[in-house]
Amino acid sequence: MTSPTIAPATEPPPATAKRPASGSSTLRRNAARTGSRYLWLFILPAAVFYVFVVLIPSFQGVFFSFTDWNGLANDWTFVGLDNFVRLFEDPVSVKAIGNTFLYAILSTVFENIFGLLIALALHSRIKSRNVLRVLFFMPVVLLSVVIAYLWQYLFQVNNGAITQLLHAIGLSDANPNWLGDPNLVVFSISAIVIWQFTGYTMVIYLAGLQGVPQEQLEAASIDGAGPIARFWYVVRPLLAPAITVNIMLSLIRGFMIFDQIWVTTGGGPADTSHSLSTLVYRTAFQFGELGRGAAIALVLAVIVAVLGFFQYRGLLRSGGAR
Amino acid sequence: MNRYTWRTGTLEGVMIVIALIFMIPVYVLINLSVRQQSDLSSPLAPTANPTFENFGLAWTQSGLGQAMVNSALITVVSVTLLVVLGSLCAYGLARATARWSAPAFYLFMIGLLVPFQLGLVPLYRNFAGLGLLGTVVPLIIIYVGLRLPFTLFLYTTFLRQIPAEYEEAASIDGAGTFARFRRVVFPLLRPITGTVIILNGLFVWNDFLTPLLYLSGSVNRTVPLAVYSFVNENTTVWPLVFAALLISVIPVLLAFFVFQKTLIQGFASGVKG
Repeated sequence: MTSPTIAPATEPPPATAKRPASGSSTLRRNAARTGSRYLWLFILPAAVFYVFVVLIPSFQGVFFSFTDWNGLANDWTFVGLDNFVRLFEDPVSVKAIGNTFLYAILSTVFENIFGLLIALALHSRIKSRNVLRVLFFMPVVLLSVVIAYLWQYLFQVNNGAITQLLHAIGLSDANPNWLGDPNLVVFSISAIVIWQFTGYTMVIYLAGLQGVPQEQLEAASIDGAGPIARFWYVVRPLLAPAITVNIMLSLIRGFMIFDQIWVTTGGGPADTSHSLSTLVYRTAFQFGELGRGAAIALVLAVIVAVLGFFQYRGLLRSGGAR
Repeated sequence: MNRYTWRTGTLEGVMIVIALIFMIPVYVLINLSVRQQSDLSSPLAPTANPTFENFGLAWTQSGLGQAMVNSALITVVSVTLLVVLGSLCAYGLARATARWSAPAFYLFMIGLLVPFQLGLVPLYRNFAGLGLLGTVVPLIIIYVGLRLPFTLFLYTTFLRQIPAEYEEAASIDGAGTFARFRRVVFPLLRPITGTVIILNGLFVWNDFLTPLLYLSGSVNRTVPLAVYSFVNENTTVWPLVFAALLISVIPVLLAFFVFQKTLIQGFASGVKG
């Protein structure tokens, strides 16, 4: 998946809490007057798509994760928790679970550190800030598949572009096998994702920074606050909603990672770079073990759902705080 | 107060250097795509005898033209459906006061928490049962269903900030519910509709997993899938591969540079302080 299923709202949603208070009696009167009994007709078409694509298949997915279904119609038996037991015993899937967390955490930490630093630097009087903003954001709109191939080439062993850059800065003996070394591959793929999405966190931080008045920063600096103190006491509190949204977006993107792995390594070498997403694809569609694939997907779903729950609460809180 | 001090100057210099380093992959992409296939010099060295041959070859061999048509069709239809169905549904959800309206809203929002992978396998079998594999129909249906929760989230939050007075005025003029929606509410939704189009459009255009599943081996490839197949057949011929990569991103890059302000705003509108 290139972009996350979960993304920020235009505004933090205080509306749910506010709605009963903000004159629902007016609304109801208004509704009664104009025949809003038919409002369910507005909802129906969307609901049909949603039920068919999301609700029914998800329930089916949960159901089949307890079976040994191999894809042939009506040819399955209940196997209880077998799929899950295997999932936590098989070194490949155990490694994939660890990798998924590693992808999510690495990309989140670095996308946000780099994105925030760049945003802070561009939220200044430098003349090239608009051009630079466009350049840093550009990878976000490129196809993940294209970015993955491009980096696969840059990461080539023996004289790949990145290795050559290492040589150029004096590390003349270095020749890491970026995508072929099991100890390195997860970090290399994470680097691709970080390059791709740093611009995304940057624009959200830049939007958040627009709420930070320049005068306040200047007042603080006249009071003798250094850049770090200015950031911590003036910028950080005002940036809290942007930080929440960015961290959650990066985390969920990281947990769902598929394209960059599938294109560069296909989960290799020796199945050491799989995420849960790529493992679902391989197990279900290449090996035809649909029951096991569904079980892996369910584990991923639980992880993402727990996170999404915290995101929703975080959004409500950061919205309610102001 | 517009002081441009030596500190600002230093910062500017540092940022330009960082941006140049950041752009190295893009430089390599362009640099290699104009290189003759026999030229084996370093990818970082500027190409000595640039050629445009690769683009012609890549274009004819990769089927990217047809893929762009397919991708455009899928994107336009899915996003249009999302805007129409999403705004209608959000209006219903935001304005309905019946007992079912709040549970219905949360039922849609659950979709934000359920990753696509969970329903991936059963959905594939369901579409296979309907005999729709290899066509673009499942993709459109999937994108609409999959992106609805997010679309509804954007629309309903926005709608709840529009005072109901506008609509009351219209209803006094005798407009029915649908006419009120079409003439009063939908135009008011324009800013958020922009965000809905941008975010969903890019998602659909860039998606790789769904076409990989539903369109592999068919003639109806999308752009990411066409790139994937083409590169798998030509892995060693990098200049040719890079020409194809570059061609495949040109439509979005053009749109990006033309609409960059709106586009970046669309992405950033998530948090306005």
